[in-house]
Amino acid sequence: MILTWLKRLGTYLFVLLGLSVLIFIISRVAPGDPARIALGPRAPESVVQALREKMNLDKPYVVQYFLWLNDAIRLDLGDSLQSRRPVIEDIKEYLPATLEIVIIAGIWMIAWGLLLGILAAKFTGTWLDGVIRVFSYLGVVAPAFVWSIILMLVFAYVIPVFPSSGRISLGMAPPPRVTGMYTIDYLLAGNFAGFKDAFVHLILPAIGLTFGGIAQSARITRGTMVENSRKDYILAERAYGIPERKMLFKYLLKPSLIPTVSVTSLDIASIFGGAFLVEQLYNYPGLARYGMQAVLNKDLNAIAGVAMVLGCVFMIVNIIIDIIVARLDPRVRMLGGEN
Amino acid sequence: MTQTIVDIRDLYVQYRTFDGQAKVLNGVNLTVKKGEKVSIVGETACGKTTTVKSILRILAPQASIPRGEILFNGSDVLKMGYSELNKLRSSGASMIFQDPTMSLNPVFTIGEQMEAVIRYSGQSGVEQKSVRHELAVKALEETAMPDPERILQSYPFQLSGGMRQRVCIALSLATPRDLVIADEPTTNLDVTIQDQVLKILKQRVEAKGCSLILITHSFGVARETTDRIYVMYAGNMVETAPTQELFREPLHPYSRALMSCIPRLSGGGMAEGIPGRLSNYHNPPKGCRFAPRCPEAMPRCHEEKPESIDVGREHQVACFLYDKDGGK
Ligand SMILES: Nc1ncnc2c1ncn2[C@@H]1O[C@H](COP(=O)(O)OP(=O)(O)OP(=O)(O)O)[C@@H](O)[C@H]1O
Ligand SMILES: [Mg+2]
Repeated sequence: MILTWLKRLGTYLFVLLGLSVLIFIISRVAPGDPARIALGPRAPESVVQALREKMNLDKPYVVQYFLWLNDAIRLDLGDSLQSRRPVIEDIKEYLPATLEIVIIAGIWMIAWGLLLGILAAKFTGTWLDGVIRVFSYLGVVAPAFVWSIILMLVFAYVIPVFPSSGRISLGMAPPPRVTGMYTIDYLLAGNFAGFKDAFVHLILPAIGLTFGGIAQSARITRGTMVENSRKDYILAERAYGIPERKMLFKYLLKPSLIPTVSVTSLDIASIFGGAFLVEQLYNYPGLARYGMQAVLNKDLNAIAGVAMVLGCVFMIVNIIIDIIVARLDPRVRMLGGEN
Repeated sequence: MTQTIVDIRDLYVQYRTFDGQAKVLNGVNLTVKKGEKVSIVGETACGKTTTVKSILRILAPQASIPRGEILFNGSDVLKMGYSELNKLRSSGASMIFQDPTMSLNPVFTIGEQMEAVIRYSGQSGVEQKSVRHELAVKALEETAMPDPERILQSYPFQLSGGMRQRVCIALSLATPRDLVIADEPTTNLDVTIQDQVLKILKQRVEAKGCSLILITHSFGVARETTDRIYVMYAGNMVETAPTQELFREPLHPYSRALMSCIPRLSGGGMAEGIPGRLSNYHNPPKGCRFAPRCPEAMPRCHEEKPESIDVGREHQVACFLYDKDGGK
């Protein structure tokens, strides 16, 4: 079992390495001379050449890659063109803000995905199943920013119950920094009004990101549950008089959760993907908006940094999901999975 | 008089399909007395599983029952409310399924599953975990399982097919029951262990004094295990007789055809020796469903459905050849 996990860890490291190569290629091989970009068009050629040598740009790509990787591992990601400070500082500031949204969106997505999926499976073929199916199609068809715009129009303008911009209200002082997540930092500082204010700012952007994921997990949960409910072991358990509720939430749900949990990592990926536009829309100072601006400004170091961080976050999400799947499925736990 | 455990009377079951209603069971009659072991023999798709599933009311959602009664210890299963039905399921009858790879929940240990079943069995003391555990261990020991404690901690995928089927047998008899239903319990097992599993099943059922309905494709298995045989064809019990008597003197043309092709049984399907195919359930023959394949069919057989008539002690046949004013 330990061997399985070591093997898996090896896979993760390998994927990260692959990602780093990709990012290196983007940041170095892409058209444009980083030294020239850094110094601006009017710097004399000799100065640019000196910087090139300092940045090791005159070395072969392979050597450059390892030098770059060495820096990256020590979290030296270079300076950002937009903010004129080390990219890692920007990431420290913006990542917690995005994580806050993604965590809330993740919880919301899993809760509703499961609930709707279980309901649809329980009431297969009834009007409720039909309503959930229609919702699922809508959730998949319309991208996150469309839902976000609708939410914003309805809940920030027509019925203005939620704020539509920023992390906290104007005039609020940010909490003393501990984790960088305002909700948690306000709580740690014992400032409940602040917590509430920060939380309220998270709701609309977070929910806007979840429609696709909810639809996806609801559909998968329903499908697997309906399929499993025809299996002999469920018939057998029913035939033994195990109460329906126990059947539904324990003996049917547990084996049916595995596919849903497995796709959750993809759903969380799509939450991150959606965040690029949604943070823009809500003028929310998170990593996704930062990354988006980096792309628009061709700020290569920042792009590389954001990509690297997102890669690591995914890795962690995947590890967590693998652990949950192993907890649910003894075959994965004990045999290391069939694949 | 011995008490009757199950009494199925004139049961009709149909399945809703894309092509309309498949009228599968066509007036099934079946009785099982206390302590009696009966088998149902018939070729594939004749409705054996459908018949026994209706006793526990675990038919697929597409199924409906337009007519008939199923009396279990005197009360009609089809009219039972949820709690009465649950009582029947938890302590009246239990069922062993055909495929042991599918009939245990893959993500719970054998112990968790056995204890769940025991817990809802309505026995006294089962609220306590130690009592449940003890009952589970005892049930496994009774099926000659080595090292029950280890089995209880295992997941189904860690056991062989034969062990799983023995777990299912243990499960079905872990708490007292009136009836055990075994739906082809050995078909999916290695030939070498089929015999052993059947022996254990028979021995356990006899030791507990409960009744048994065994579904099988094999007359050999039926002969070794059960007191009485039901021969089923296309949704009807065409004949029932005590085991020895049926072998000595099968009456229904279908039974006779089956018996005459016993030697070929081990090879392929049961009915290979009989010309024709099982009739279509969407548009079944109007009279006797076997008539289109029957070498002795009379004009009447195509028009009317023959009722079961007594032709001896516990021997009944549904065929006009044996009607008082029809034949012999
Ligand atoms: N859920 C269902 N929907 C539609 N038709 C069904 C369903 N279940 C069973 N049937 C049909 O009912 C008929 C009888 O099926 P059943 O499973 O009772 O046969 P069986 O005698 O147990 O066969 P086997 O020996 O292959 O197990 C078959 O024609 C089958 O196709
Ligand atoms: Mg069957």
